[in-house]
Amino acid sequence: MSAAHAMQSELPLLEVRDLTMRFGGLTAVDRLTFAAHSGAITALIGPNGAGKTTVFNCITGFYRPTSGAIVIERGDETYRLDRLAGHRIARDAGVARTFQNIRLFPNMTVLENLLVAQHARLMRASAFSLAGLLGLRRYRDAEEAGIALARSWLERLDLVQYADRDCGTLAYGLQRKIEIARAMCTQPALLCLDEPAAGLNPRETTELSRLIISIRDEFGIGILLIEHDMSLVMGISDRIVVLDHGARISEGTPAEVRSDPAVIRAYLGEDDTANGEGGR
Amino acid sequence: MAPQASSISAALREASLAAAVALVLALPLAGVRLPSGAAEPLAFRPWWVVAAVLAVFVGRFLIALHISTRRPRAFAAPPLFDRALGAMTPWRRWIFAGFIVAVALLPLMPFADRRMIDLGSLVLIYVMLGWGLNIVVGLAGLLDLGYVAFYAVGAYSYTLLAIHFDLNFWESLPLAGAFAALFGVLLGFPVLRLRGDYLAIVTLGFGEMIRIVLINWSDLTGGSEGISSIPAPTLFGLSFTANPAAGETAFHQFFGIPFAGVHKLIFLYYLILALALLTHVFSMRIRRLPVGRAWEALREDEIASRALGLNPVMVKLSAFGIGAMFAGFAGAFFATRQGFINPSSFTFIESAIILAIVVLGGMGSQMGVVCAALVLVLLPELARDLAGFRMLLFGAAMVAIMVWRPRGLLSHREPSVRLGDRAGGAP
Ligand SMILES: Nc1ncnc2c1ncn2[C@@H]1O[C@H](COP(=O)(O)OP(=O)(O)OP(=O)(O)O)[C@@H](O)[C@H]1O
Ligand SMILES: [Mg+2]
Repeated sequence: MSAAHAMQSELPLLEVRDLTMRFGGLTAVDRLTFAAHSGAITALIGPNGAGKTTVFNCITGFYRPTSGAIVIERGDETYRLDRLAGHRIARDAGVARTFQNIRLFPNMTVLENLLVAQHARLMRASAFSLAGLLGLRRYRDAEEAGIALARSWLERLDLVQYADRDCGTLAYGLQRKIEIARAMCTQPALLCLDEPAAGLNPRETTELSRLIISIRDEFGIGILLIEHDMSLVMGISDRIVVLDHGARISEGTPAEVRSDPAVIRAYLGEDDTANGEGGR
Repeated sequence: MAPQASSISAALREASLAAAVALVLALPLAGVRLPSGAAEPLAFRPWWVVAAVLAVFVGRFLIALHISTRRPRAFAAPPLFDRALGAMTPWRRWIFAGFIVAVALLPLMPFADRRMIDLGSLVLIYVMLGWGLNIVVGLAGLLDLGYVAFYAVGAYSYTLLAIHFDLNFWESLPLAGAFAALFGVLLGFPVLRLRGDYLAIVTLGFGEMIRIVLINWSDLTGGSEGISSIPAPTLFGLSFTANPAAGETAFHQFFGIPFAGVHKLIFLYYLILALALLTHVFSMRIRRLPVGRAWEALREDEIASRALGLNPVMVKLSAFGIGAMFAGFAGAFFATRQGFINPSSFTFIESAIILAIVVLGGMGSQMGVVCAALVLVLLPELARDLAGFRMLLFGAAMVAIMVWRPRGLLSHREPSVRLGDRAGGAP
């Protein structure tokens, strides 16, 4: 957390202001305001159906917010994510995400998945396929660099032996790791993880928390984390935002949030998440 | 193991249902004999219907019973075909190369007559179309039922360019491809948001639209009569006519050999072989490039693709455009081979056959397309003698392939890149 505290005073990487998302009569996100900083892990927690995934979908351009602003600062550029086309949010604004229900390309190999994540760079190097078709040096070098990046992530996650296997045939825990590796291969400024620990066993969960911390410290990027596993969230988050019925009911450090009566009430109100130990 | 009462009654129910369907179909199809002359009345054949319904009932009953009593095998060995394929996999490159050599030598064989060479080039047209459509359907996963439209655009582009602008085959070939690609992109725009069945319906409509425009725009296209006397291609300026026009040299004159009509057929055969191989090499290369992987990624999961920064618009349009381009090339060849074209060559059944070639062959499999094209093009041709049973045989072959290998004849997918092939790669 030391790295994070130094960052707190700086300008935030991501700012969400008065974000509202309605589906017909249902208000899934209700005037939500929060910020996420580079080099920090910001957790988004709340009972089932609180609107956490909807916030991610607004940030990554899958939903157009009903109102409000989502702003990201990358380098000297400022992007309004609530207006940017979905693919540009990933490509230009540098927002990468994983999905609550894994979305790998099941009939492609692990390595291919990681190369698709580097599409924009490789496409430019292949001069929109011309240099690639002709087999020019310029493209081959870029492809080698892309494979090297993919390999470094596979080595880091201990997945090298699965590189040439189809993703769809691999165990659930491996798929979760591959999805994170794939998101990191886009070289993002902000990484959004939607319940990365869901379905993992305790050993895998410990491994995951180490991975998330190492990504924060090594790359200095911002991390947004949705998670129901409270010991994981409390253990690694720098800041926590608590949602209930789409609205922010609390925000602060793990210690602050844990002792906030509003949070305790929200969680006690839910039968299946009575002790806040994860409703999944 | 003796069939249980429950499975017998279930089988009886199945069989009755099938028999009812058979009855509905058999009444008009087998029950009535159409008169050969106008004066003759319709002849009813009730026994034919009874026989058909009985056959279906008994057959379905036995099949259902067989399936319900079969014990699931614990250690099912892979079927013979799969095992043979598995054994061949390491040699696939060599097998493919050997196959190409055999195909290239075919017209020079002593047993190759005019009909065989002509049939060979017909098969090669469909192989090329199959490989082209494979880009759209097999790689990008966009179900296109109107592929023949681009084939038509290519054929008419070549014809019109050759007749009105006096361009020769080699000059108009790239233009025909470009026009077809343009139409591919034009079709792509309105269907960007559609997938699966919806996309299939719209592309089907597009294919019909092109055909109807060709029929009705008679000033340009000659309407349903079509256009004839389309110039034949030349080999570096050498034509394949018996008596070339003044100032031209014919192939046989240049080489000082007697004129033979088969020379032109052989030339056309090699021309379409070269075009098909171009399609193959292009698809193999582009599959390993970022665009190719983007096509496959989009097929697998559009939402995940977008979250990784892929622009679905560009990815889809490039697949439509490039797939259409190859249909355009094939169309130009078709026009020059036939010497005349009319809209009836570009009906929906052509799209259906090309799609069947891709699906039966195994989506995304290059060699599968070849096998399926051989089956689907040669079978009806060779079965000409069977007259009325030809389409029945054709349908039966398709059903058999789908039952036996639901994912296509050869459904193996080769990764576009392997870490294992590199130094210090995966074990
Ligand atoms: N596309 C949509 N159309 C209509 N309602 C939706 C849509 N997406 C989400 N919702 C609704 O919005 C609310 C919030 O859903 P969301 O998936 O964001 O919850 P969540 O906090 O991620 O829950 P969980 O912890 O179960 O994943 C739910 O009531 C959900 O039914
Ligand atoms: Mg969720």
